Order: sequence, then C-alpha cells, then structure tokens
Amino acid sequence: MIENYLNIFINAIFIENLALSVFLGMCTFIAISKKIEAAIGLGIAVIVVLAITVPINNLIYNFILRDGALAWAGLSDVDLSFVGLISYIGVIAACVQILEMFLDKYVPVLYNALGIFLPLITVNCAILGASLFMVEKDLYFGESVAYGLGAGVGWALAITILAGIREKLKYSDMPEGLQGLGSTFIIVGLMSFGFMSFGGIIL
Amino acid sequence: MSKYSEILFRPVFKENPIALQMLGICSALAVTSKLYPTLIMCVALTVTVSLSNFFISMIRNITPSNIRIIVQMTIISSLVILVDQALKAYDYETSKTLSVFVGLIITNCIVMGRAEAFAMQNPPGVSFLDGFGNGLGYSVILIILGTIRELFGTGTILEYEIFPLVQNGGWYVPNNFFLLPPVSFILIGLIIWALRAWQKDQIEEPEFKMSQNSPELIPNPPPTPSSKATS
Repeated sequence: MIENYLNIFINAIFIENLALSVFLGMCTFIAISKKIEAAIGLGIAVIVVLAITVPINNLIYNFILRDGALAWAGLSDVDLSFVGLISYIGVIAACVQILEMFLDKYVPVLYNALGIFLPLITVNCAILGASLFMVEKDLYFGESVAYGLGAGVGWALAITILAGIREKLKYSDMPEGLQGLGSTFIIVGLMSFGFMSFGGIIL
Repeated sequence: MSKYSEILFRPVFKENPIALQMLGICSALAVTSKLYPTLIMCVALTVTVSLSNFFISMIRNITPSNIRIIVQMTIISSLVILVDQALKAYDYETSKTLSVFVGLIITNCIVMGRAEAFAMQNPPGVSFLDGFGNGLGYSVILIILGTIRELFGTGTILEYEIFPLVQNGGWYVPNNFFLLPPVSFILIGLIIWALRAWQKDQIEEPEFKMSQNSPELIPNPPPTPSSKATS
C-alpha cells in the first residue's frame, strides 16, 4: 500500500518530471529562472498549489464528471466528461485566489515571499497538465495526493537546478545571438537528456 | 492596408511569440516529433487564438476589469472544448497522439497574453488579425521543428519517403536521436540564434562583459544590465 504511493511519488519526481520529461510550465520555467531565490519561491508555490488542486480535481472527476459518476444522484447514464477542461481551470483559479487571500490574512511572511508568483500560477500549464494527466492515468484519491505532491517537487527541483546553472553562466563569454534565451533553451535540452537517464528505472 | 498587413505579419518574424516573447513554448516541444500532428496543433492554436481575441475584444467595453481574467478564461476554455470535441469526432488518432496538449491550449500563454495585451484595447477586426498573426508566428516555428525532426528522425515527410531508408534498399539510416523530445529544445535554441543573427535588434545585452586585461584599454564603462526579455 505505502509502496504504491511511494512509487507514484518518486515516479512523478524523476521519471515523469513535469518540466523536463513532458515540458509543462515552460514559459514561467524559463522566464523566472534567472535568480535562485525567485526560482525557489516559485517552486514552493507550485508544490503547494499542485498538492491542493490535483486531489480536488480528482474528487470532482470521480464524483461528478466521469461516465456514470452521477449514479448517487439517480442520473446513472450522464457523462459530463466533456466539461472537464473548464471545471479544472475553474477549480485551479478559485484555489489560487483562496490561497492568496488565506496567506495574506494568516501567513503574511509567506504571502510576501510568494506574492507575485501566485497569480502567475493560474496560467501555468504544469498545474492544469498535472490534473489532466491525473485523469488520463485514472488515479484514485490517495494516489492523486501522492502524484500532485511528487509532480510539484519535481518541477521545483528542475527550476532550482536551472536557476543555479544560469547564475553561473552569466559570467561566460557567449556568441551574441545565443545570449539569454538561446543558451537557456540549449541548457534545458541538455538537462532534459540528463533526466532521461532515469527513464529505465522500475521501482 | 499596410497597417493591417503590419499587424498580421509583425508577429511572424519581428516579434515571434516563441523566439522573442517567450510565450507558448510548452506545447511547441512535445508535439513536434512528426509533421502531421504538428500541423493539426498549429491549426487548433491559430483558430483558438484568433477567435478568442475576436470575442474578448467584442465584450471589452462591458467587462469589469477586476474579473476580466475569469471572463477571458471562460471564453478561451469554451473555445478549446469545441476544438477538442471536433478533433475527437473527426480525427481520433491524432487526438490520441496530442493527448493532453489540446486541452493545454487553455493555459498556452500566447492566448492569454494576446487577450491581455491586444484584444482588451483594440476593436474586434484588428484583434482577430493580431490573433491570426500570432498563430502564424507560432506555426512557423513548429513547422520548422516538425519538418527537421521528422525528416532526420525517420527519413520521411508526412509519411512520404524523402530519404530512401536502408531497410528499403536505400542509403539513409534513420537518426532516432531527432525523435527524442529534448532535441526540440536544442533546435529552438539554434533557430533563435539564426533569427538573431538576421534581426540584430533582438540580441539581449549580457549582464557581464569580459573586460580586457589592462583597465586603460576599456573604451567605456560596461552597460547597465537590461531586462529586455523578462515579461
């Protein structure tokens, strides 16, 4: 039982890393990776939001949207899965908004640290992507908690590593056209090859 | 007329969404290993961004600004659901290949970015053109990537054999390296390099410059760090 959860957790961090294996959340991944502090702040925000939204979306999918899920309300032949996309993004936007208000009121230190990153997270494809993968893998509730947490940790790990590399790299002498964006893409490509080496691991 | 063609074609090379504005990169990488799904993805995105720009611009004067993000999200996700359902109905195989990436058009930053930056200030017709132009700019990069990866990865373009393969009695040994997803990162990096060698004004200022060994050789003090590409 616990092995199954651990398996999903480790799998989500290394083997199916959201940033480096399926390339989600790339826009913020590349834009906010110039400084390590900012990268860590965004990474923590992503972990928190993923760990909350993936289980909630799992409940919504299993009890309202999936084919035959409304049997408890007497509507056993209703399939609402086509409105999945709009419900997931609604849940994500609402969660981010509530989280922001909650932090502002009760944990102002964390709110000031995460401040500008929280609204950005609504439109981060890593968050919506994790919910969609959760539906595709057909996880049940306990597994979705492990998956959401693992996916967040994996993404945070990847952006922190990239920020570390970029902080060192700004002292190097590069061709003009590769300055900035060009070189970042190539580094991410090489990092992604590195993460492919986890691919064959069977837990 | 020139104003309209300017709006339509500026995003293709001068302000390319992927290469300069850093928008919509996510889907550019995962779907480009074959040309056909790439083309479908380009059509899906171009349709979504043009129509969402059009509708968002239509209601821009009656949208209260503090809930505009939710309004935009609702319009965009409804359009994406339409695209997704149409794809599932008429081309189920490709829809399986693209899996979650059609749904991820909702959070594709090009769509949100153009809605915020252009459609909220401009009339519907012009906004539609701007969306279409950005869709084209995205498509250009994706089609280049898809062509290179399919040609060198399998020797074919749209399943039609360009390089005769070894197992069919030809000379080309397919390079499976190009089918791996990380290659698209490296290719985009090289495309950006090529684009900036041509359009010099897109080059970013380095934060630090190599200085000469003796201080009197430095002609003028190093420039201040610029934050051109952070958006």
